[in-house]
Amino acid sequence: MSNPELDAAFADGAAFVPYLAAGDPDFESSIEYVEALERGGADVIELGLPFSEPIAEGPTIQEAVVRSLEGGMTPARFFEFVEALDVDVPLVCMTYYNLIYQYGDESGPRPFVEKAAELGLSGFVVPDLPAEEADPLREACDEFGLDLVFIVAPTTRGDRLERIMEQVSGYVYVQARLGVTGAQDDVSGQTAASLDRLSAYDVPKAVGFGIKTGDHAERIVEGGADGIIVGSALVDIVAEGHENGDDAATVAARLEEKARELKDGAERGLAQRAPQAERT
Amino acid sequence: MSKTRFDGKFGDYGGQYVPEALMPAIEELEDAYERYVLANEDGFMDEFRERLADFGGRPTPTQYAERLSERYDRDVYLKREDLLHGGAHKLNNALGQVLLAKYMGKERIVAETGAGQHGTATAMAAAHLDMPCEVYMGERDINRQRPNVFRMKLNGSEVNPVTVGRGTLKEAISETMRDWATNVEDTHYVIGSVVGPHPFPAMVRDFQSVISEEAREQMREKAGTLPDSVLACAGGGSNTMGAFAEFVDDDGVELYAVEAGGSTLDVDEEAGVAPNSASLSTGSEGVLHGARTKLLQDRDGQIMESHSVSSGLDYAGVGPELAYLVDEGRVRAVNVDDDAALTAFHRLSQLEGVIPALETAHAFAYLEANDEELGDTVLVNVSGRGDKDLESVIEETAQRDIDIAPDMDAFAGGF
Repeated sequence: MSNPELDAAFADGAAFVPYLAAGDPDFESSIEYVEALERGGADVIELGLPFSEPIAEGPTIQEAVVRSLEGGMTPARFFEFVEALDVDVPLVCMTYYNLIYQYGDESGPRPFVEKAAELGLSGFVVPDLPAEEADPLREACDEFGLDLVFIVAPTTRGDRLERIMEQVSGYVYVQARLGVTGAQDDVSGQTAASLDRLSAYDVPKAVGFGIKTGDHAERIVEGGADGIIVGSALVDIVAEGHENGDDAATVAARLEEKARELKDGAERGLAQRAPQAERT
Repeated sequence: MSKTRFDGKFGDYGGQYVPEALMPAIEELEDAYERYVLANEDGFMDEFRERLADFGGRPTPTQYAERLSERYDRDVYLKREDLLHGGAHKLNNALGQVLLAKYMGKERIVAETGAGQHGTATAMAAAHLDMPCEVYMGERDINRQRPNVFRMKLNGSEVNPVTVGRGTLKEAISETMRDWATNVEDTHYVIGSVVGPHPFPAMVRDFQSVISEEAREQMREKAGTLPDSVLACAGGGSNTMGAFAEFVDDDGVELYAVEAGGSTLDVDEEAGVAPNSASLSTGSEGVLHGARTKLLQDRDGQIMESHSVSSGLDYAGVGPELAYLVDEGRVRAVNVDDDAALTAFHRLSQLEGVIPALETAHAFAYLEANDEELGDTVLVNVSGRGDKDLESVIEETAQRDIDIAPDMDAFAGGF
């Protein structure tokens, strides 16, 4: 079910999946920032299309959403943004269901997915769309060959987990802890148990929520994750640059450096895991 | 139960559009709703009704309004929810949900509030039932509704200001959902209206339907007949659904949901502003705060900033069941503007000695403009009293030329 680009991105087992809100704080700078992530080692990039009511986001990404909307971001501009990007890694669109649902002339998710496919996007993450409501989007994704990533929370068990795993493709987004997005120092807590519950499923497991350093990335990958998703720690760099009035090139350089730190951490984690894997 | 399990859909509306972290809590709540509310397990509903009577002061009367009846030359009855403890219908729901949280073994309550009516009702219920409570309230609303902030604090609740966005109800709802997603294992979210993911719209309706259950009996006793029409104001729609629920199957009873027409029904797409809160009358289908319903949104699907002189109606969405009943033709969605609502506020205060909430005044404004289509016997739900609105009424009246209003200049600038 997964499309080949995402499969390839997770093939070496330590994928680095950064997130930025498209258009934060403005269209041109944001293009530079996303491209910097690729130079820093991104394997997949999650691009946020901002929605006015982002109920799953913590303060850091909420503020990014506000900056991006104030900078004029819309679904139409988002697609222009994707078109203008010069990156080779797969792009996954992260947004809320209402924007997908309203796009185009017919109601329902199909026109949005069709447009995304035309521009070469690889898939979607939709935080307010549980598996129960996802059939129409799943069908459109299947029609156009896109992946639909679902989030699995520490509280997701039993039947719910089954239902999600039937729908998921590309990778599963393992939410490292309860709550909303945001960088935190404690990342390990609930992650191991979640990865354990998912071990029987043959789909890449990318862990997100709270990862902000190379050391975090290392521990998460060493603990069995196939990839790490990092949003707030990168958005913080954009926010700080914006507040200080730093030029886009400077901010892009910081993002690239941070990306490299995270990617290197993920690879160290993989290296440490390898010998153990051979023993078992 | 022998009935097939209700899936939370009202036609295409409703559903459960929430982050995955909340889904187990929603499923737990669904289960509790079915057991305690629908099946009265452990006598939950008996205890709820007893507490509504002893603590809340139910039943509230249905009163014959003599001077309004004379003015409109038809029988006008008032369902006096303004006489419920706290001064509004909000306690019906807050008490029900806080009690349910107790039965579920939850240890903490969170709630959002716009004007502060739901927040104060939840704070009262939480104090009454000895539950710690935190209320999220937009910073702008905190400044507009200071007395309600004090009331919540007096009852021992914490009030958390929400500074994101415009700082009103929709931001407060989003923020409360975030708190719930973080503390889902020991916390219950007491949502304030018939909105949000299933089972909230059905459950809040059930807690509020005591309004129409009583009113139906009281009309039979007092008027010897059911009303020809029932009027209730509609923001999110909890007093509306409460006033309509038991009449929905009575074909001869017309149901009118009166929305806030604000300053105009025209929309400024560019600025993302709808200067009204008339989502049933002018909105379109979309997904917000966990449900598919009618919304004020731009053509991309971004939610617009709504407006009403009454902050309790100032919301860009509406309950999914109400949206469905309007589409089905069972409920008529109508609206009146800020000016008409203010005028009606003064009229009811003078004619009946009832100072209504500005929300409630919308229903009376519709009665004034369209009394003839409403039939011989009209029931209006007085969803709340207007003490909380005095400051804004003075300000808003001073800006307008309302001939029946008393001279407000002496009061302008606050008490």
